[in-house]
Amino acid sequence: MADITIPERIPINLVVNGERRALELTPWTTLLDALRDRLELTGTKKGCDHGQCGACTVLVNGRRVNSCLTLAVMKDGAEITTIEGLAKDGALHPLQQAFIDHDAFQCGYCTPGQICSAAGLLAEGRARDADEIRELMSGNLCRCGAYPNIVAAIEQAMSRS
Amino acid sequence: MNAYVGTPTSRVDGRAKVTGAAKYAGEFSAEGLVHGFVVEATIPRGRIVRLDTSEALKVAGVLDVLTHANRPSLADKDEAWKDEVAPEGSPFRPLYDDLIKFNGQPIALVVAEEWETAKFAATLVRIDYEQDGFATDLEAGRGSAREMDKPHKPRGDAKAALAAATLRHEADYLVPTEHHNPMELYATTTVWEGDGKLTVYDKTQGVQNVQKFLCGVFDKKPEEIRVLSPYVGGAFGSGLRPQYQVVLATLAALALKRSVRVVLTRRQMYGLGYRPMTIEHVALGAGPDGTLDAVSHEAIAVTSRYEDFSRNDTGWAEQLYKSPNSHSSHKLIDLDVSTPCDMRAPGAASGVCALECAMDELAVALKLDPVELRLKCYSDRDQSEGLPYTSKQLRECYARGAEAFGWARRNPAPRSMRDGKELVGWGMATGVWEALQMPVAVRIVLTANGHAEVSCAASDIGTGTYTIVAQVAADALGLPIENISVRLADSTLPQAPVEGGSWMAASSAHAVLGAAEDIRQELARLAKAIPGSPLANDAADVLLIDGMIASEGKNGAAVSIADVMRHSKLERIEKEKLNQFAEDKSHARNTHSAVFAEVKVDEELGVIRVTRVVSAVAAGRILNTKTGRSQIMGSVVWGIGMALHEETVMDHRFGRIMNANIAEYHIPVNADIHDIDVIFVDEPDSRINRMGIKGLGEIGIVGVPAAIANAVYHATGKRIRRFPITLDKLLD
Repeated sequence: MADITIPERIPINLVVNGERRALELTPWTTLLDALRDRLELTGTKKGCDHGQCGACTVLVNGRRVNSCLTLAVMKDGAEITTIEGLAKDGALHPLQQAFIDHDAFQCGYCTPGQICSAAGLLAEGRARDADEIRELMSGNLCRCGAYPNIVAAIEQAMSRS
Repeated sequence: MNAYVGTPTSRVDGRAKVTGAAKYAGEFSAEGLVHGFVVEATIPRGRIVRLDTSEALKVAGVLDVLTHANRPSLADKDEAWKDEVAPEGSPFRPLYDDLIKFNGQPIALVVAEEWETAKFAATLVRIDYEQDGFATDLEAGRGSAREMDKPHKPRGDAKAALAAATLRHEADYLVPTEHHNPMELYATTTVWEGDGKLTVYDKTQGVQNVQKFLCGVFDKKPEEIRVLSPYVGGAFGSGLRPQYQVVLATLAALALKRSVRVVLTRRQMYGLGYRPMTIEHVALGAGPDGTLDAVSHEAIAVTSRYEDFSRNDTGWAEQLYKSPNSHSSHKLIDLDVSTPCDMRAPGAASGVCALECAMDELAVALKLDPVELRLKCYSDRDQSEGLPYTSKQLRECYARGAEAFGWARRNPAPRSMRDGKELVGWGMATGVWEALQMPVAVRIVLTANGHAEVSCAASDIGTGTYTIVAQVAADALGLPIENISVRLADSTLPQAPVEGGSWMAASSAHAVLGAAEDIRQELARLAKAIPGSPLANDAADVLLIDGMIASEGKNGAAVSIADVMRHSKLERIEKEKLNQFAEDKSHARNTHSAVFAEVKVDEELGVIRVTRVVSAVAAGRILNTKTGRSQIMGSVVWGIGMALHEETVMDHRFGRIMNANIAEYHIPVNADIHDIDVIFVDEPDSRINRMGIKGLGEIGIVGVPAAIANAVYHATGKRIRRFPITLDKLLD
């Protein structure tokens, strides 16, 4: 007989990729698990669950965050953009196209996080050259070692935006 | 026709990967899916005396806690647990009994409706152990190493030649334990299909290997288990053998008759395989002119107490360089750790690292340029077997690499080059790997609308198999690549071995060629049989080109594939072919590279940056210059990690890994990586196989750590022989 209860669920609303989603979540559910397990948006990846790898990067109100370090209930009402929300009407986001053009991935597992992080970086307007891109993209690990191609892809998207 | 082969074709799975549509093992769902969380042992050796799951079972939402005491049946013979790449020994069996063989061993699986609940309840499982004496330290146990019975061919008398040599260099090089750390966490989703049938989405480099393994372990018929891994988020060798999460997910699915997902944590992945810590002892003896008299390479490596894992660390010196005398040996030490496994260029990455550092030290002692020394010892024959190579353009690699790097401008004196407050060092090394090929079968289904589906059980672990298969098929069938769809990594598809050893490009490409050849012959037969067809009375053979069946004869007659199929009242033509390569022991088959590296070292702080790497690779025909370049570039990044960052650190007091995460186990980040120039040296090879393919998966890493270590020596005058070269070692 179960006599250890789990925390009570809390109703929240998220605007995910422009769509309002109502959820009832335990407070210990991360934004990452809410996206992957509850909303079945598995494009956002879990690589460490400790904020060490950046695979879970999404945009929250336009800013890039590690969704594994973010409890979903803290983001009630927030606008979330995931990799699934970047392409518009079937047309790839310039960063997505640039990643294909420059072969900026191999296994593809870090890729959604890299692209979301790069989208956040472009919005920040802080990176002016390749060195700054390298520095400001260093929270997103790529074990296949596609870094030079990732930098080239971001430079392409930057020059066209 | 080569419209695609040899070109920089973009990945055909690119769109799926940049949009998040590509699904990995832990992302498949099913009706009523539940979640398993692993509880790991916290001692390295001993026995479980009490395993209390009562608290965990009280948590609302927990369905079961599986342990050795209550699990469903598992095979009791080692044979059932041996997968197709298992080493000698008795494979690890998760939740089999109360014995603990390594720290981090899975000992229970908590299954709950939600993942968070399972994770919480796992903290409530209480375990008491009886701990036995244990050992986890390779260096402390060096004296107890035992010789492996490995085939090696000593030449002459290396010991005597070393003693007599004018110049001798002898040293130990230490390569630490390294973990693959693919970005994707190890995961399995086992879908309960009813009646004991299971569909298993697993993170693996070989679905058929896992399928056979599961059938053995769970005593299932082949048709009861289907294994898929359409996308794999990196593996680098860690997914060659079935990993324990696939056993646990499947065990739980059978116990609960429900679909179960098990995802390991990053920490738990340190309980899987790894590159074994190895002491590489290299001795070189040379004459005053720089010709080698003797090479000797002895390796002492870690293995577990239950399996003997070893790879070819020590054979490269004997094979690569001209030397009348040679000796090698490989020793193992049994420790209370999990079994090591293949990790990118297993054996060569470590062994050639030591060899090429030693060659650099010899060059310094001889006052010879390091490239010059390699050229003096250059051999056009495999020195171990006395065989010619199917092709070997290593000489050209040295020349092209040196030229692109600007090697001629190098001042040989250590500490002689500077850039502001940074010391600049230039180093180089040779790389070598095998060119292997395996039997693979491919099925092609050509439909009347001019599309073809190409399918095979092989995996694409990020290496680009989807893309090269599509390229080869498009060229062989004379169709645009957009008309080719590729299905991979499903155990029900035509046979393929695990994806590893750099053998999949050559193996899958020739299987595609074989099946496409059967399609071509069938189309030729049909085209010639249609009354009034332009090819009706044409004795010449046909080509498939631009959607047409074209005569090779003088009249240039052609009909479209679509027309021929329509006239023949065929909706589809299906051909499946197993390709096997003819055995040919008359030639050695290898890929080679020359790696040149520049480092800049902050003189006061010891901070090392790898500012430039040029890797000149001779690896036969390059199927895709875009994905191929990426593969080598990624390997260079691995080599930088091996040289400067990567080390799994064990606390020998507890026999426990101290940095079992991806922050304290350092891998290169974007800011660590600067210019990497990949040069593919032209290497036509009509002997190795029809298309002249050798494979690229491993060659890119081999030699890179040594080139960097040699550059660090050139910059600082300090020779660091314990990898990784961290700044504390430079400041000592």
